[in-house]
This record gives sequence, structure tokens and C-alpha cells, in this order.
Amino acid sequence: MGVISNGTTLLDAGALDSGVATGAMTLLSTVTASSSATVSFTSGINSTYKEYIFKFINVLPASDGVKLKFNLSIDGGSNYNVTKTAANFYAGHLENDSATGFGYDGGLGQSTNDAFGTVGAIGSAADEGCSGFLHLFDPSNTTFVKHFISKVTIYGSNPQSQITYGAGYANTTSAVNAARFNMESGNIASGTIKLYGVS
Amino acid sequence: MAIISNATTIADAGAFSVGLGAMVHIKTLTASDSANLSFVHGSSNVVLDSTYPLYMFKLINIHPANDNVQLMHNGSIDAGSNYNVAATTITFEGEKAEGSDGGTLGYIQAHDHAQGTGGKKLTYNCGNDNDQSLSGELMLFNPSSSTFVKHYIAVVSNSHNGNYEKNTYTAGYYNTTSDIDAFKFFYSSGNIGSGTIKLYGIKDS
Repeated sequence: MGVISNGTTLLDAGALDSGVATGAMTLLSTVTASSSATVSFTSGINSTYKEYIFKFINVLPASDGVKLKFNLSIDGGSNYNVTKTAANFYAGHLENDSATGFGYDGGLGQSTNDAFGTVGAIGSAADEGCSGFLHLFDPSNTTFVKHFISKVTIYGSNPQSQITYGAGYANTTSAVNAARFNMESGNIASGTIKLYGVS
Repeated sequence: MAIISNATTIADAGAFSVGLGAMVHIKTLTASDSANLSFVHGSSNVVLDSTYPLYMFKLINIHPANDNVQLMHNGSIDAGSNYNVAATTITFEGEKAEGSDGGTLGYIQAHDHAQGTGGKKLTYNCGNDNDQSLSGELMLFNPSSSTFVKHYIAVVSNSHNGNYEKNTYTAGYYNTTSDIDAFKFFYSSGNIGSGTIKLYGIKDS
């Protein structure tokens, strides 16, 4: 039985009518860090969506003055060592108004090392940390490299606001099916990372 | 008749009352040796009018037929008859070669526009090796405003033909108070070999 309101079909045959505008972002997974060495997503990254978005919400390092990093896997998370070329730049402003910064930093040239989510050192005080986004495009495509674009803002260990803009590509035509986030040293004390698929 | 569940109105007057997400998929176009990908309001179920205050185009693995070409966009105020709206734009980028240390960051004046009516570049020097492409997004603000110019902001990750990662940021405004009702993506020369562009509307929150 259909559900019709004011002459418009809203529901029928167990599904929303195709004319009903629905949201395009689907929450796939939420991981909450608690003194975690890494946060990994080993399921849900496949050919279902052409774009995936990771959201970092108040991710706080256990150690002061470290950077957020990430890597990708083509074997379901057994190894996080995909070759990447990436470019990053940043803008920052100290709390005491004594200095600003703007520049290029933290690029990768065909490296299997972890990529930079932030090029600035994140503060570990209770009210510090970082938040932002990482977009991963078409990870299951077997023809093209896998592009990513990131934007992460931090409360720096040298008290400042600093934002890192990044982009790059995982230089593989194998399907990327897992992603890992970690600090360059020490644990992730707390924070939430959410994975969405964009239809 | 309203649909009410547990004292909450789910639907009324032909529309859902509950939130269904703010980002609404409107149209997906897939290139196959296509001269361009065009979104024209009112054509093929495309909505590009005052329905949404903000529109987002997602570009996924856009692959040029020719090597070393520039990906561009342009708007139309006459439903796609002409794509020639004047715009003033900026371009800056970070880039990193696959085989070297270091990297560069800079403003690229050669690729911006000062009231130019030609194609507005999203990035340039796109490579067309089999595995090269670009991905990114472009946000177009309030295209139907009859008061303001039409702002846009874009970012792409581009596989440069010289084997660089090119992270290009562009922004600008289409300098018209007429409504932009069509939008086109194309390369400076040659076809779009393959790729997908999705159009979303972002609801008022």
C-alpha cells in the first residue's frame, strides 16, 4: 500500500518513492579512539560509493606536538603501505598574535610512508586536538590512481590555529579497501572518526 | 492527511517533515569521449535554480582524451545556448613531483581570469596516461540570485602530465546578476575521455 500525501506518493512497495529527495551521505562507520595506537577502517570501503569521506572530530593526541597521519591498504588492512604522491600546505596564526605562517610542507614523492593529515604539531592538552575531513575518491577503481583531498584544522602545541590543506594520489590501480589513522608517535588519546559514503 | 507516528509528524502536505539529509543527489553524468558534460536546468531532470541555495559538483576520475590539457568550466544565463559568463577568478596550488624531494606552493596568475568570458580553469597540465585523472569538487553559491554575483569555490587533485600531484584551489565569481541556469565542464582541447560528474543540491539548514 502506498503512502500518498497531498497527491504526492511518498512511500510505496517498501521504499521511498524515487521522487522523494533524500540525503546523499550515508554514515557507514564510527570509531571512537580511547588511547588507541591506530584507528582503522577495514570494511565498508568498496565499489558501493564513488566517494568516501572521513570526518575527524576532536581527535586528540596522547603526546604533545605530534602530527596526524594516515595510510591506505590494498589487502584489507594487512599492510598499510600504498605508494603515494601528495602535496600539502598550511596557514597558521599564533594565539599571542606574534606570528603567522603560510607555506608548503609535508609532501610525499612516491613514498609508502604515512601521509600527512596535518603538517602542524597538535597540542595534547585537554582542550586541544584537531578536526577535519579526508575525501577518498573511487577507491575500488582498477584503472586509475586513487585521489584524496584533505582539510584538517588543529589547536597547535605552540598555541595556534593552523589548517592543513592536502591532496594526493595513491599510485596504484589495485582497489584500496582499508584506511588507517594514527599520530606520528604515541596514541590517539580520544576522538571520533566517522566514515561516510556519498551516493 | 498527515502521517503521525508516536506524536511526531512524519509527512504532511506532500512532503516529509522529518530530516532526510541536507545533501540531495540531483544528476550524474558519465563521460565517454564527450566534448563536454553539461548540466542544464529543466533538462534531463537537472535542477539548477533557486530550489537550493548551494550546489555541489563532484568530479570523479575525469580523464582527458588528450595529454597536457586544462579542465575548465563555464556558466550560462540562457539555458546553455551560450557558455560565456564573465568571471574574475584566483588560482593557487601545491604540487609535488613523484620523484623528488620538496614541493612548491604558489599563486598562479597565468591561470586566473579578470572578467574573462572563456573557460575558467579548475586545474591544468592534466595527464592522460591510462591511470591518470583528476578528482575534486566545485561549490556554486546561489546561482539564481538576481542581486549578487555568483561565487564558486573548487579544489581538485590532479595527476599532472609530468607525473606531479597538483593540488589546485580555485575560486571566483561569475560577474552577473542574471541567474546561471546551466553549467558546463570541458577540456581546453579534445574530449573528456571518461569520468563522472555528480550534481548535488544542499538544502537550507
